[in-house]
Amino acid sequence: MTDAIQNRYDFVVFFDVKDGNPNGDPDAGNLPRIDPETGHGLVTDVCLKRKIRNYVQLAKGGNNKGYEIFIKEKAVLNNLIDQAHDREEVKVKDKGEKTEAARQYMCKTYFDVRTFGAVMSTGKNAGQVRGPVQLTFARSIDPIVPLEHSITRMAVATEAEAEKQHGDNRTMGRKFTVPYALYCCHGFVSASFAEQTGFSEADLNLLWEALRNMFDHDRSAARGQMATRKLIVFKHDSIMGKAHAHKLFDLVKTIRINAEKGPARSFSDYCVSINEDSLSDGVSLEKQLDV
Amino acid sequence: MCSERIKSRTFQLRVWGDNACFTRPEMKVERVSYDVMTPSAARGVLESILWKPAIRWQITEIDVLKPIRWESVRRNEVGTVMSHRASGIYVEDQRQQRAGLFLKKVAYIIHAYFELTERAGQNDNIIKFEEMFIRRAKKGQCFQRPFLGCREFAANFELVDSDAEHHKPILETRDLGFMLYDMNHTGPEPMPMWFRASLENGRIRVPPLNSQEVRQ
Repeated sequence: MTDAIQNRYDFVVFFDVKDGNPNGDPDAGNLPRIDPETGHGLVTDVCLKRKIRNYVQLAKGGNNKGYEIFIKEKAVLNNLIDQAHDREEVKVKDKGEKTEAARQYMCKTYFDVRTFGAVMSTGKNAGQVRGPVQLTFARSIDPIVPLEHSITRMAVATEAEAEKQHGDNRTMGRKFTVPYALYCCHGFVSASFAEQTGFSEADLNLLWEALRNMFDHDRSAARGQMATRKLIVFKHDSIMGKAHAHKLFDLVKTIRINAEKGPARSFSDYCVSINEDSLSDGVSLEKQLDV
Repeated sequence: MCSERIKSRTFQLRVWGDNACFTRPEMKVERVSYDVMTPSAARGVLESILWKPAIRWQITEIDVLKPIRWESVRRNEVGTVMSHRASGIYVEDQRQQRAGLFLKKVAYIIHAYFELTERAGQNDNIIKFEEMFIRRAKKGQCFQRPFLGCREFAANFELVDSDAEHHKPILETRDLGFMLYDMNHTGPEPMPMWFRASLENGRIRVPPLNSQEVRQ
């Protein structure tokens, strides 16, 4: 595992939603997640990781060696056949080396294991792989207002329902949307773990690509229009880094403009700026996406 | 030379973040956090900045700087572990919806020193590691991004100088009951160790590892 990345990265992703539900809350009947105290919207880390996995699975196809995805969703499958069998390269090893061989095999084969890590049933206590990439909860810049829409379906599910309605055949349903919200997510890439899982420059570029495009392949009735708006990457020139992550994140300022026209309804109602003059030595800025 | 010292000076590191979850071991499925940071989580934060087999971090105090507030989040999780014998897990088949009761808007000051272990080599001495730690913590360097209990709750950190502005702990005093002290990895299986934690004017005193207060 020689080509692992040698730089620490701290990154900020801005994405927005228009007339959609970015991440439903199972505790609140699938309303958009909201912090009840502040009214700000929330998108969980695992929600974004799912989208990255799905993007990679689509972009790399099902059988692209080294870019397979272990934690799969049936919706994005292209007829993968599941076969449970002992891997040759693991089977031939002595007992003591089996765990390490299995770990290496998993990291080599699966992009998501290499990137996010995994808990595996190898060794005495489940073997753990800590991946280099860490995502946090995304929060909206401003409080969100979830709307509830009642909708009708001109069909019913059962005969009994049809009889009850004397052939009217209608079902009422509900869906929730956020008219507009801009969300911000912080993420980190720890190069020291990249060494352990073999996370390479090519993997990193694929990660940026996935973050830029993850919503383009996740269209559905519930999502509305979602898009990554900005991906700001701070690259340190060493494994340990050269600056405090919170100070770098503080250089990114989001200002609400056109506030006199009422609530924000598009990305042009925000201005995201970066104070590049205050960058620390040893840290460079990569704007992976600038709309 | 004062390389005779076996203990470093006591450092103060301020850590803060949007959320935290220091999971109670008795509530691990639907995670419920302790009210405050555990000594083992504090050790993890310090070790993500600097750790070598030659040193062992010992927490002495944890100051709670912000009122204890909660947030509940329910997420779809997968209820199984990976095996190299399968070529994937379908989330629909293994889905478990689990709630977590997390802390919100937290900030702490960790007071800690380190001592040399028997694995320290000829060239290892306290001063070397002290300077390494100060250099890293001041510059914001870290081996991995420190986190507050779970990796999705990343932590910010900064070294607190004694002459810097004074961060006051919250004015709260109560008994926190038995709390996880740390895991003991010396035996064949990792075993938990416990201590009786109490909040005294926002400050938790953490006993040393070999004291009578730490129960195995």
